[in-house]
Amino acid sequence: MIEIIDLTKRYGKFTALDSLNLKIEKGTVFGFVGQNGAGKSTTFSILSTLLAPTAGTAFVNGYNVQKEAKMVRRQIGYMPDFFGVYDQLKANEYLHFYGASYGIPLSEREKLIPQLLDLVNLTHKRDAYVDLLSRGMKQRLCLARSLIHDPEVLILDEPASGLDPRARIEMREILKELKEMGKTILISSHILPELAEMCDRIGIIDQGKLVAEGGVAEIQAQLKGEKVITVMLAGHAENAIAFFEDEPLVARLQYQPESHTIEFTFKGTDQEQVELLRSAIKYGLAIRSFAEAQVDLEDIFMEITKGVELS
Amino acid sequence: MKHFVINPVLNKEFKLRFRSFKSFLGLLFYLLALAILIIGFVFIESLTSSQGFFKPEQSRMMFMMLSILQLILILFITPGLTAGVISSERERQTLNIMLTTAQSSASIVLSKLISSISYLMLLIIASLPLYSFVFLYGGISPIQVLTTVVYYSFTILAFGSLGVLFSTLIRKTIVSMVTTYAVTLFLVGGTAFLTLISLQFGQGYYHMSSSGTPPTTPYAYFMAMLNPVIVLAGSFEPEIHDEIHRITGIKTPLWVSYVISYTIIFVGAILLSIKKLRPNMKKG
Repeated sequence: MIEIIDLTKRYGKFTALDSLNLKIEKGTVFGFVGQNGAGKSTTFSILSTLLAPTAGTAFVNGYNVQKEAKMVRRQIGYMPDFFGVYDQLKANEYLHFYGASYGIPLSEREKLIPQLLDLVNLTHKRDAYVDLLSRGMKQRLCLARSLIHDPEVLILDEPASGLDPRARIEMREILKELKEMGKTILISSHILPELAEMCDRIGIIDQGKLVAEGGVAEIQAQLKGEKVITVMLAGHAENAIAFFEDEPLVARLQYQPESHTIEFTFKGTDQEQVELLRSAIKYGLAIRSFAEAQVDLEDIFMEITKGVELS
Repeated sequence: MKHFVINPVLNKEFKLRFRSFKSFLGLLFYLLALAILIIGFVFIESLTSSQGFFKPEQSRMMFMMLSILQLILILFITPGLTAGVISSERERQTLNIMLTTAQSSASIVLSKLISSISYLMLLIIASLPLYSFVFLYGGISPIQVLTTVVYYSFTILAFGSLGVLFSTLIRKTIVSMVTTYAVTLFLVGGTAFLTLISLQFGQGYYHMSSSGTPPTTPYAYFMAMLNPVIVLAGSFEPEIHDEIHRITGIKTPLWVSYVISYTIIFVGAILLSIKKLRPNMKKG
């Protein structure tokens, strides 16, 4: 379980984190979304006891990151967004080194490491020098490293960044397995659809503030009650466009001639949506379908962060 | 103790250092340089000697020369081996991961120091057979050789701790390296220069004095006690220390002050490195 209370981090006049509050229950996979510099890595660094907050505090499994940093380190498995490896160590030795760093006895490590290598599909690379592994393999090895002491909480900063599609899928499969193992996972990623698929909840951070938090559907609801409605037409588009544009609750209307559809945002209630459809039919519009569009995470993110392009 | 001997950082560092071919090349060239010096010295002395043989006094001279030369080599190599131990991990982006493990800061700092200076110790131990040359010609007791090795070890620890400190405090290895070399240069060259200047002034006062007890100036002593070369040279040639004691009026043996001052530097540097390795989480 992770609890963040009024967490603030300032670097001189720049505020990287601004009174961040967040609670992540045990066993939750929480996706942290934000542009570069939004405060994701700062939050992760504080939770990993690598950075002291300016104000506020955070708890990992009930341990205070400031007062009980040693205990926090035993609870977490941390994978930074950028990390290096030792060029003269083999994959097997790399894991032994970190296992020993957590005080795991050699006999136990001998049993554990093959299992971890198997989990991340690197058994065949156990005797390969770490620096000779591909980027995706290094990422997977680093994930295995973060699991060596069987932490309850995983803090994964962009674990799939820089990976090719195949490696990304492999990483996603491993994370699914970890989710099934009941780990609490805090993960950040730019690959938003993947986050939506993997995460139970997501939080959108912008300029150090948590601007939205919840399930994908919940966040959608937080978007000022707006819905995106797609209308497939059977008749003339001009009449339909004119009709919907006159409606006060309709905004940002777009017509797509290829699919002969109209898409617009609707700010009304469910009842008002029913009334809109009824009026359209009464008006004589030939409508093949009238449905709420599925808004994906990227759309939500772009909307919440005012359309700033993802980096 | 067992925990320290099987310390993971120490194990990993040994593995990384001794798997590198560069380490063996370094050892080879170090021993070659020493061997050339010893053989060259014996050869030249034998040539210039009218009797055509190598005398015990010459052997003693060779031991002194070799010891001071080896000390200078050590002082030159130590910053290079220690000034990047933490900052290079930071640059390689492996430090953060290490800091999130359960290892204590003290364990990381001490293991880093010991692993880096262990290479220097290897150089010294490997050079001992070359040192045994002097026994062939006499003039030197085994206890003198042993004392010199202990002195080297202490000096390596002290100067190595400075390298680790700067490596912890300074983010960039190159800046840490330059700073450590600058401080080492001051503690070797700077203090020697200041000792000489202070001795010159002291001599002046000494001769100008008309009263029964000549005035003394302690500055030369304070500079000399920080200088590893003067302390070592004085242990071979006690006249050097006698002259410093006479001019400065301080009778405490220089090596005692050397051990005390560098123990303080060592402990201070290590404690500060341990404190600064991880952020102070209680203070934002």
